[in-house]
Amino acid sequence: MEWEVVIGLETHVQLQTKTKIFSGASTAFGAEPNTQACEVSIALPGVLPVLNKEAVNCAIKFGLAVNAQITPRSVFARKNYFYPDLPKGYQISQYELPVVGKGAVTIQVPAVGKNPAYEKVVNITRAHLEEDAGKSVHGAVEGMSGIDLNRAGTPLLEIVTEPDMRSAAEAVAYARKLHELVQWIGICDGNMQEGSFRCDVNVSVRPKGSDKLGTRREIKNLNSFKFMQQAIEFETRWQIETLEDGGKIQQATVLFNPDTGETRAMRSKEEANDYRYFPDPDLLPLEITEADKARVKAEMPELPDAMKARFEADYGLTAYDAATLTASRDVADYFVAVVQAGADAKPAANWVMGAVSAKLNAEEKAIAASPVNPAQLASLLKRIADNTISNNAAKQVFEAMWNSEGEVDAIIEAKGLKQVSDTGAIEAIVDEVLAANTAMVEEFKAGKEKAFNALVGQAMKASKGKANPAQINEMLKKKLGA
Amino acid sequence: MINSSLKALGQMLAKKEVSSVELTQTFLNRIDALNPQINAYIALDKDKTLAQAKAADVRIAAGNAAPLTGIPIAQKDIFCANGWKTTCGSKMLANFVAPYDAHVISQFDAAGAVNLGKTNMDEFAMGSSNETSYFGGVKNPWDFTRVPGGSSGGSAAAVAARLCAAATGTDTGGSIRQPASLCGFTGLKPTYGVVSRYGMIAFASSLDQAGPMAKSAEDCALMMNVMAGFDERDSTSLQREKEDYTRDLDKPLHGLRVGLPKEFFAEGLDANVGKVVETAIAEYKKLGAEIVEVSLPNTGLSIPVYYVLAPAEASSNLSRYDGVRYGHRTAEYDDLMEMYCKSRAEGFGAEVKRRILIGTYVLSAGYYDAYYLKAQQIRRLIAQDFAEAFKHCDVIMGPAAPSTAFKAGEKVDDPVAMYLQDIYTISTNLAGLPGMSIPAGFSASSDGKALPVGLQIIGNYFDEARMLNVAHQYQQVTDWHTRMPEGLA
Repeated sequence: MEWEVVIGLETHVQLQTKTKIFSGASTAFGAEPNTQACEVSIALPGVLPVLNKEAVNCAIKFGLAVNAQITPRSVFARKNYFYPDLPKGYQISQYELPVVGKGAVTIQVPAVGKNPAYEKVVNITRAHLEEDAGKSVHGAVEGMSGIDLNRAGTPLLEIVTEPDMRSAAEAVAYARKLHELVQWIGICDGNMQEGSFRCDVNVSVRPKGSDKLGTRREIKNLNSFKFMQQAIEFETRWQIETLEDGGKIQQATVLFNPDTGETRAMRSKEEANDYRYFPDPDLLPLEITEADKARVKAEMPELPDAMKARFEADYGLTAYDAATLTASRDVADYFVAVVQAGADAKPAANWVMGAVSAKLNAEEKAIAASPVNPAQLASLLKRIADNTISNNAAKQVFEAMWNSEGEVDAIIEAKGLKQVSDTGAIEAIVDEVLAANTAMVEEFKAGKEKAFNALVGQAMKASKGKANPAQINEMLKKKLGA
Repeated sequence: MINSSLKALGQMLAKKEVSSVELTQTFLNRIDALNPQINAYIALDKDKTLAQAKAADVRIAAGNAAPLTGIPIAQKDIFCANGWKTTCGSKMLANFVAPYDAHVISQFDAAGAVNLGKTNMDEFAMGSSNETSYFGGVKNPWDFTRVPGGSSGGSAAAVAARLCAAATGTDTGGSIRQPASLCGFTGLKPTYGVVSRYGMIAFASSLDQAGPMAKSAEDCALMMNVMAGFDERDSTSLQREKEDYTRDLDKPLHGLRVGLPKEFFAEGLDANVGKVVETAIAEYKKLGAEIVEVSLPNTGLSIPVYYVLAPAEASSNLSRYDGVRYGHRTAEYDDLMEMYCKSRAEGFGAEVKRRILIGTYVLSAGYYDAYYLKAQQIRRLIAQDFAEAFKHCDVIMGPAAPSTAFKAGEKVDDPVAMYLQDIYTISTNLAGLPGMSIPAGFSASSDGKALPVGLQIIGNYFDEARMLNVAHQYQQVTDWHTRMPEGLA
């Protein structure tokens, strides 16, 4: 039987606010335990929550970025359960009325093997504001468990998708897109190691063609795209094998073990809590007006999808190139800076996606830290455009610039890479090559087109690569009467 | 001096006829003499108290005294006060010393008032007789065999026995007004949101409201001037102009329309209490008031609605008492679950457990719609009843409690009988309206004791100044509010 995997994601995005969602305590990462735990974070008797407006702005930004409905009157609810790192015995979250309703993101799924790259729309079900819990620390004191409440009350936006994804590649493409988007709009630092962006993935399988969803298992707390890919692939195989062996899937929460590459059930959903959600009487409903939305919108940068469309329209880039360049705000900013410094858009795009990105990948550098800055790249591209150097020579110049050997013109000079465009010199070279390769000339005259290219090659070689290839071409054609 | 009004005390302090230290010491001496019997206070800290009195005297000498500077006030033990043991009447918090001040406490501190001590209360404010306190019951100063009402029983007894100049209380379903009625003094529950709840230990967040408990309407007005006001730390605190609650005290009552809800004078009301209330209303007629009959048809549902909503909120509010960070933790346990279960089983009393169980039940999957949601819907209907009634009258009057003070132990085994004590007060909490109880006379008990009866005055939202005016005018022509229990002078 052919199987189809169905995947939906729930992502906890830690919002970049200075203070916690319901108190004035700092959200900075890495402080000594409990030094960022004020009376509200500790849940002393009598304390009350006050909503941080900055967290609301973040939620509005996200809603606008995914073209979602923003709820005019959403409600904070208490999710009741006991856990030592949950100081109030309930988490303030949103349940029936989340701040962000239905929206969508368009993802680019990269080519895998013979399968070409494609675009797909993933629907967002909802996004809601909530507070993070603290952290249990085991073993810091022999035989004891400690509680660190620094993180308790950190603002989170939980973003939930429809079960729209059909492969690990699609799920990862969505997660990457979301990861870039939340950084693009400035609501999250995207730091996955510190837990600023955590994904729970719901996976189920069903016979291909069926429209009924299978029983799902939820892979919790994936904090890298590589692990996500591995976890989904393992989980999918496991579910298919279990069903093919006549077994049944139990709804469960599972954890991924990066060492073994396997997923394992943590608890079955039958033991699940009844969270007894009810509206938090300490907080008023959250009201968001059209004016609030307009105000936030005015503060927002151009969104990736809009920028992509603009790149296609204004610069004549292909959809694929425009999407690649707008996959990250830093890359897009870099590209725009290169164009603004006077380079032509198409070669600029090719260089950013080609040489620049290859070097960055090889050296594991972020584009913001690129040794060749946009102005430098633009000046290099100008030297190609004005025929000072050839494309090949430009690669050597780029390499030298990357290694901080100087500015474009100085490097061209020092390395003697200047292209020969002087007609007299070109003619001399061509004459020399024609004289030395009479056999090839004969072949060409006999109708062998390939011989022409061989002659071009010889001429380029004779010029040590410095001759302008277009001029060589032209001169050869003239001399051969072609 | 112990019978003087807050205004008179303020004048004596200003004229240096008495110092705050002397005044404070007078009350501390009375507390030493009477509290062992009455059990109104559960935390005293004379050093702190007298230090505040000294500071007040310095402030008075410097000529920048506020109206309550130097005046000793009793604080219900539901308010966190920095450095004070704050127990909420529970074993769970028996050793909890608050590291911060409630808004109400800091308001009194800023006014230069003196904190006399923390008063006894029903555990987590759950009760109508003060008998659920971990620290023992409180005696009604009018008859030591009877309860003072609750949950603000300690503050009530302290005011009635003149163990303070005035006190604070909180009222979730009647916890200021019912004890005011049973102990014969003036108590006001303001409109929900007028006094910040920050630092006031939560029972039922959408109903809890702090207010003054004092000898007269005028004293309550002066207390309100300190307690009321916007606080950004409480999201349900209302952003309003600061008001002077004494401004309308002297206005005549000609043309005042007094609404009498027929449901407040039906079955369940003690006949003698009813008579006292009717006499008081007759007095209002003499003052120029016009009496109109109104109806609050859903008022009969207020107790069932309250006993769904209040426990629901309480079950969640009390989850933080888990033995992990502060409060009672059981001595021995093998794992986390056992620590939770034993800590909470040992730390909470029976009534608190009953309400946590009810609240947990009504919020559970499958019951939420039938109980919690339904109760919220009826709550809106109850508020609409009042809105309709206030189209025809300016204030509503009736009894504050269905009976006079009952005997200690009489209702402890019958929670429903206990819950019915709040039948006339709960609906105002559900609607968020202000209500007060003022002394209106006495009713003889079966064993011959004269016991106080309160008249309840319910106003429209933010009408506290008018209600205080209505009460004050009555107190100008009657002397019920000046009476104090015999033998305690």
